[in-house]
Order: sequence, then structure tokens, then C-alpha cells
Amino acid sequence: MSHLLTCNELTNDFEWFIAERELGIRKGDLINIGSMCSDRLCDLGLSSRPALIWEDYQGNQKRYTFGDLRRLSNSIASFIVALGVQPAERVCLFMDRVPELYIGFLGILKTGAIAQPLFSAFGEESLFVRLQDAGTTAIITQKKHLHKIRNIRQQLPLLRHSIVVDINEADLQQTEVSLRMDKLPAAEDLAVYPTTAESPSVLHYTSGTTGQPKGAQHVHYSIVSQYLTSKRALDLQPDDVYWCNADPGWVTGTSYGIIGPWSNGVTQVVLDSGFNAERWYGFIEKQHVSVWYSAPTAIRLLMKEGAEIIRRHDLSSLRHLASVGEPLNPEAVIWSEEVFGKPFHDTFWQTETGCIVITNLPGMPIKPGSMGKPFPGITATVLDTKTYEPLQQPGIAGLIALRPGWPSQIRGYWKNDAGFKAKFKNGWYLCGDRASIDADGYFWFMGRDDDVINTGGHLVGPFEIESALLEHPAVAESAAVAKPDPVNMEVVKAFVTLKSGFTPSDDLELEIMNRIRKRLSPLAMPQEIEFVDSLPKTRSGKIVRRILRCKEFNEPVGDISTIMEE
Amino acid sequence: MDELSQMIHDYVIKEYLEEGSDQEIGETTPLITGGIVDSFSMVSLKRFLEKKCSIRIPDEDATPAAFDTIQSIAGLVRRFQAQQVGV
Repeated sequence: MSHLLTCNELTNDFEWFIAERELGIRKGDLINIGSMCSDRLCDLGLSSRPALIWEDYQGNQKRYTFGDLRRLSNSIASFIVALGVQPAERVCLFMDRVPELYIGFLGILKTGAIAQPLFSAFGEESLFVRLQDAGTTAIITQKKHLHKIRNIRQQLPLLRHSIVVDINEADLQQTEVSLRMDKLPAAEDLAVYPTTAESPSVLHYTSGTTGQPKGAQHVHYSIVSQYLTSKRALDLQPDDVYWCNADPGWVTGTSYGIIGPWSNGVTQVVLDSGFNAERWYGFIEKQHVSVWYSAPTAIRLLMKEGAEIIRRHDLSSLRHLASVGEPLNPEAVIWSEEVFGKPFHDTFWQTETGCIVITNLPGMPIKPGSMGKPFPGITATVLDTKTYEPLQQPGIAGLIALRPGWPSQIRGYWKNDAGFKAKFKNGWYLCGDRASIDADGYFWFMGRDDDVINTGGHLVGPFEIESALLEHPAVAESAAVAKPDPVNMEVVKAFVTLKSGFTPSDDLELEIMNRIRKRLSPLAMPQEIEFVDSLPKTRSGKIVRRILRCKEFNEPVGDISTIMEE
Repeated sequence: MDELSQMIHDYVIKEYLEEGSDQEIGETTPLITGGIVDSFSMVSLKRFLEKKCSIRIPDEDATPAAFDTIQSIAGLVRRFQAQQVGV
């Protein structure tokens, strides 16, 4: 039976306080996300409700109830505390999508420490930069990823503990400990650390145009936004089976892959597998998935695989579909309506917002290609690029901006106050994207306002890539920009000048590509490297990525009067 | 394994397995589905095959399904090698 409320029911009389009331939070109460996603559900009598049904690519399955979540997160919390980890210390989660990642996240939060999830495909360089910046003191990982940590550990004097969830004791090295979640002493009760609304909870690293990635600081009060947007934007209801494709190394995977569904007491399913259309549809059928939160890149890959595969599966359990990470192209919306009988609803938000801020609400008429409208409780607009005043005329492109103060807004960037202050202009928070608003109030995405590359729904900063390129002995100068891609929206393209004595070749291109993939991540790997004689620069010698990007996108370059003669 | 499959096998082991991994890769080991090669890394594997086998694989044929096993990759390469000689 459809649970979809009318759009008016979702928006009328909205206030964030609704979430506080439903979560049982009163002013001044202690708030702990880990406890509210496990203990609280047990207190409501839901101990035996399935919370997590996990499956790997071979079909091996593990099931955990909310009672299991409570006990196991207590056990992990006790384990971490026994190591000497203190509240507010950063504990990194560096694992594939295994149960220990999801449950470990809750356990860390219960200790008052700050959870720092990182994408397990990160190479040593990407991992090192984020651990060093955060001053991480402990990392929970798997044996397969341990070598990366071992290779950088000496350069991280604050990293005291490497906690490995699947290793034999005999293979441990110094500062490493084994944590077998299924063998931990049962911990029915735990004195959860008394975190408050403003206590730091999660540190998510996000890339920007300049410099290294920044640690976006979230607080426990973010649960108010994540709970209510899960309920009203994703339409999560108690009897749903929910599948979020996102990896918890990214903010979607924590906000809507852990906190949102579990604070609502919803069963969620996780498939630890690479993309395989047959496998994915089979998973939806087998698990009776009713709400599916996916990404445009995945949807476009499914479109490429065709509709015939879909006809081999019973997907009638699907009730609501949503998408995140990058703008959902109109063709994908129309296609999903044809093949699933319902459209994917685009949702827009980012690491810094912590929750969905502009969206196509369930029941709201969708304009294919549009981001939708501001979520109730969010004031959003587009600003003039020069005056930073809201544009009044429909259809004019401006900077997407939000009125600060929603519950899950980040409280800062880790040790980067200047970077955080730069996100605000004229009383508005700047998202870093451009859009226009039509006469009906629908937002239409136009692109990034900076040099950040959005590939497969993940933001990649050019500086990190260029720095890694410069480490190659052949590379003299480098620029990393976005290149359009039919599946991933954008991919990384690098422009490189070579040092004397080196000549361009396919072998060199492949060698550099693989080097970046291993040092940083597959996302950051340039999918194309163009060897050039020189890079466009300003008179002061700064590389102008915009010129290179515009050429890739066949867009007018604009004012280049400050460019040096090439 | 035949020569082509062995070449693909050796390249996957060298470039995509984690350091120190003792995972065995057979001709039907799922590479994409099994998380050994992700969809972004496919591009570098495609480049390697195009260079080594002197072929061009159109983007629409470079799908996760086509790259999921050594067996399917070898089949894809043979198809485009055959096309080049007009078979």
C-alpha cells in the first residue's frame, strides 16, 4: 500500500521541532546519534525488528536486528574505550560495505568520539592527507586495506591504534589490534557518553577548488534533519525495506545509509558488490526493496543495460525511487517511469548541508531535469554573482544559496575557520553550484561555480590530483579539469606538460593514470591525459583551469583579458 | 589459460589487487561485481587492452558486464580483433 502523503501534507505546518517531538528530544536533553539509532528503537519495543540485512556479491548473507545493533555497538564502544580512545578523538572507519562499518559507526558515536568514515578505495596519499589533517588516533579497517595504513603509519604520530576486523592475531604488527565483532563480549548495557546537541559527531572530508580536502564537522543535532528528511523526502515508513546504494565513506552513506533509516526504525539492506545490473535487480526482488535511493551514474549504467533484464525480475515491491549526487538528467526520469512505473525523484544536497535541501518531494509533480523545490524548513534562493542579492527574475542563473541555521548544517571545517567563513556571503550559505529558478519555484542546475569536478556524484578537487601528477618524474606542470561523460556526468581530464627528456606516449599516459588511481583513488584517476606544450595562465602565472574546462564542454571561454600570451 | 587470458590475468593482478593480497583470480572470477576493478578503473584496463591488442573498444561496448571476468574481457578483445581483420 502506498504511504505517499500529498505534497501539502508534507509541507503544511512544517517545523524542525516535529522531529524533536517524534524523537522524544526535549530542550537540554543529551543527544547521541549512536544511541538514537539503536537503543531508542529497542526502548520502543523494536528489538527484534530487522535493522540490517547484508549480502555480498556471492550471496552470503548476515542479518542484524535493532537488538543486535544495540548490543554490538555497545561492544564496539567498550572495545574502543578500553583502548584509551577519548571523547572527541577522531576514529576513522576505512572498510568496504561490511556490517562492521555500519555498526562500528554507531559504536564510535556512543563513546563520544568523532566518526571519520573514509572511502575504502582511497589510496595511501588520499588516506594520509585526511588522517593527518584530522589528527586521527584510531582507524578501524580490514586486512585487505591494512597495507596502506602500514605504509603511512610512521608519518602519523597521533595514530595510536589500527583496529582490524578480520585478521588473525598472528598477523598483527605493532599498534594493531584484532576486533572480531561476532566474538566480542556481549554488552547489554553501556554508559553512553553524554553528548549534547552541539557535540561533534561525524567528520566528512570533502574536496574544494583550492587546497587539500576539508573536514566538514557535523554535530549530533544533525539527526533532526536526517530523521525528518528521510521520512518526508524519501518517504521512509516503519514497514519499508530500504536500499541506499551509497558507500558510508561519503555523506549520503551516513546521513541516509545509517542515521536517517535507523532513526526511523526502518529495515535497510546492503549489497556489498560492484555494479551488476542482473545482481542489483535480483537483490531488489529477493529483499522486496520498497524505497531505493540511488545515483544518476548508476541509473545511467542501468539504462545502458536495457529493460530486458528488468522484465526477468519482479520489482513490484518498489514504491518510491530517489536519486542523489549530481543532477538527474530528464531521460533518466522518463526511463524510470517507463520501466519501473515510477520516476526517480532527484534530491540535491551536499556534505556541508548534512541533509537533503532541495528536492522533488513524494507526490509533487516532477519536471524531469529539475532539482525540485526547497525542502520545508529550508530557505533557498539563487544569488547574483556580483551583489550576492537574491535574483528576483525567474530563469536567470545565479549561485545556489541557503539561509543558515538548519539542524544538520556543518558547524565548521576542521581547523579551517577561514575556509568556513568563505562559504558565507551577505547572510547566505553558498553551495558552490549555480542554478536558475523557474516561475513555479523549481530549481534548475547549471553547474559548479568553481573548479571542483563532480564525477559519478562525488566531488574531486583538482589540487589533490595536480599535486599527485607533479610527483611523477616526467611531469613539469599539470591541470585537472572536468570533461563531460555520458555516464558519470563528468570525469577527470588532466593536461600535462613534460620535463625535458620525456616524450608523450600511450604508455606514459597509462602509467600516469594508474599511478594516480593507486595514490589517490579510482575517482581521481584522469580518464584522459592530454600532453600539451603549455598551460593557459594569468599574467601572475596562475593556471586558468576555466579555459581548459570550457573547451571540453564546448562553452564560451568568456573574459580572458588577463591571460598571458601563450 | 590461453595467452590472451594470461596477459589480462597478469595485468589485473599487478594493477588492481591490493598489495599483499593472496586472492586467486580465475577466468570467471567476478572482477567488477567482486569489487576488484571498479567502473572508474575500467578505463585504464580498456586503455591497456587497446594498446596491447591494437584494437579500439567503443565506449558503448566497455560495460561493467563486458569487463566482469577475464573470460568476458578476452571475448570482447577477440571480437574487436576479428572485426579489424574483417572476419
